[in-house]
Amino acid sequence: MSSAPALQLAGRVTIGGTAIFGPLSLEVPAGRWTCLLGPSGVGKSTLLRLFASLGDKVDFEGTFGASDGVSLAGRVALMAQSDLLMPWLDVTANVTLGARLRGTQQPRERALDILARVGLADHGTKRPDALSGGQRQRVALARTLMEDRPVILLDEPFSALDAQTRARMQDLSAELLAGRTVLHVTHDAAEAARLGETVLLMTREGITPVESPPASVPRPYDAAETLAFQGQLLRQLMETV
Amino acid sequence: MKRVLHFASVALLGMLVWQAVVTFAELPRFILPGPMLVFSTLWTSRMLIAEHAVVTITEVLIGLGLGATLGFASAILLVASPLARTLLRPMLVFSQAIPVFALAPMLTLWLGYGLWSKVAMALLIIYFPVTSAFFDALMRTPVAWVELARVMNATPARILWCVRVPAAMPGFASGLRLAAVYAPIGAIIGEWVGASRGLGYLMLLANGRAKIDLMFAALIVLAVLTLVLHALVDAVCRRIWGG
Ligand SMILES: Nc1ncnc2c1ncn2[C@@H]1O[C@H](COP(=O)(O)OP(=O)(O)OP(=O)(O)O)[C@@H](O)[C@H]1O
Ligand SMILES: [Mg+2]
Repeated sequence: MSSAPALQLAGRVTIGGTAIFGPLSLEVPAGRWTCLLGPSGVGKSTLLRLFASLGDKVDFEGTFGASDGVSLAGRVALMAQSDLLMPWLDVTANVTLGARLRGTQQPRERALDILARVGLADHGTKRPDALSGGQRQRVALARTLMEDRPVILLDEPFSALDAQTRARMQDLSAELLAGRTVLHVTHDAAEAARLGETVLLMTREGITPVESPPASVPRPYDAAETLAFQGQLLRQLMETV
Repeated sequence: MKRVLHFASVALLGMLVWQAVVTFAELPRFILPGPMLVFSTLWTSRMLIAEHAVVTITEVLIGLGLGATLGFASAILLVASPLARTLLRPMLVFSQAIPVFALAPMLTLWLGYGLWSKVAMALLIIYFPVTSAFFDALMRTPVAWVELARVMNATPARILWCVRVPAAMPGFASGLRLAAVYAPIGAIIGEWVGASRGLGYLMLLANGRAKIDLMFAALIVLAVLTLVLHALVDAVCRRIWGG
């Protein structure tokens, strides 16, 4: 893995003349976990997709890219808001999709290992339509964790999970993605409070960084400090809208 | 099982009505024979009918195989190459304005009296439905899958082969289901225009000799064969691609 760059963006997005967000600017620090927290429809997914070079359907005015000046293409893994599993492939093949698409050796061992760690060891040969919503989301997470990329973009990666599984998956992701530049879109203040080394609040007015507690991530979900931070984030969200 | 029972009871009802019409209207057997007579002819001429049926089945299966292969390849070519699309698509659409039936005499002229003119006819008749069903499905790949593949650094060729083609297989399957019904029509037209073997030939021959019962017997065999072929193709498609 090449060293993880920081991400920068400054500008505004319109679609067919309608303003979607901005003008705003944000800075995603290198090699750290950044949560982008904001209400539904504010443009979080749109912003994330820009960094994945999927902005060809929107009109973007401004600049964005990696701090090292090198193109982001090929250095990014994206977990989109929907799971995008291929129904004709079994779970294991979905997890190794990246290798299949690049025509390289399929890392089966690693895939089985990651599948086991997301709690789907027994489901490797199933088709996606035989899985529950939360299981499907974990397959998509596993597929993203397989991609050995310096920049990881996660769009609501844990939204379909129960509280207990969600906390486990948060721990796992924080462990496996340590050292990478992670931009994690969420509308869950509790999640941002646990995982965000940097937390960016996105509202219609723009993006405001919120100072986060010093404890290293993933922060304990029941620590007073984490809960207080969660409360603070929620309050700030309530005040701005 | 329920479907078979349903089908059988409808067929039985149809035959009762048929027999009733023949009996009460006192139709002569060279105008409309009753089902009893047709089935007894079917039994007594079973060897003759089977011999001709084998010929037709062979034509249909070869035509179906070639048509499906050619349709598959054409759709991929059309999707992969914008140049092919601009050049070939208008031609494909135009070719549909020509009644395929009108080509049958020419095919016989070019390919002879034997098997291949009928195979060509079946192929011609199924080529367009297969190609266009598969092509449409290939053009409708969900954008999000293609985007995911692009983020994963897949080349357009890999995206086509690993995402768009498998995603379009249900479309190809519906093309094949249509083809299973059309291919026998093609083969029969070919046989009508010029042949010395096959169910279509047998029907013409029987008709010419006022053996309407034999004609009906051959017709029933043809219909059953088409239904079986459709059911087989359907079962295979379901097995491989689901739904
Ligand atoms: N193709 C499009 N055409 C027009 N408007 C669009 C299009 N895509 C998104 N939008 C609009 O852009 C805005 C931002 O959408 P986006 O998906 O980025 O929101 P989001 O913050 O991710 O919301 P959520 O949390 O619900 O996922 C929305 O108001 C949406 O209606
Ligand atoms: Mg979104």
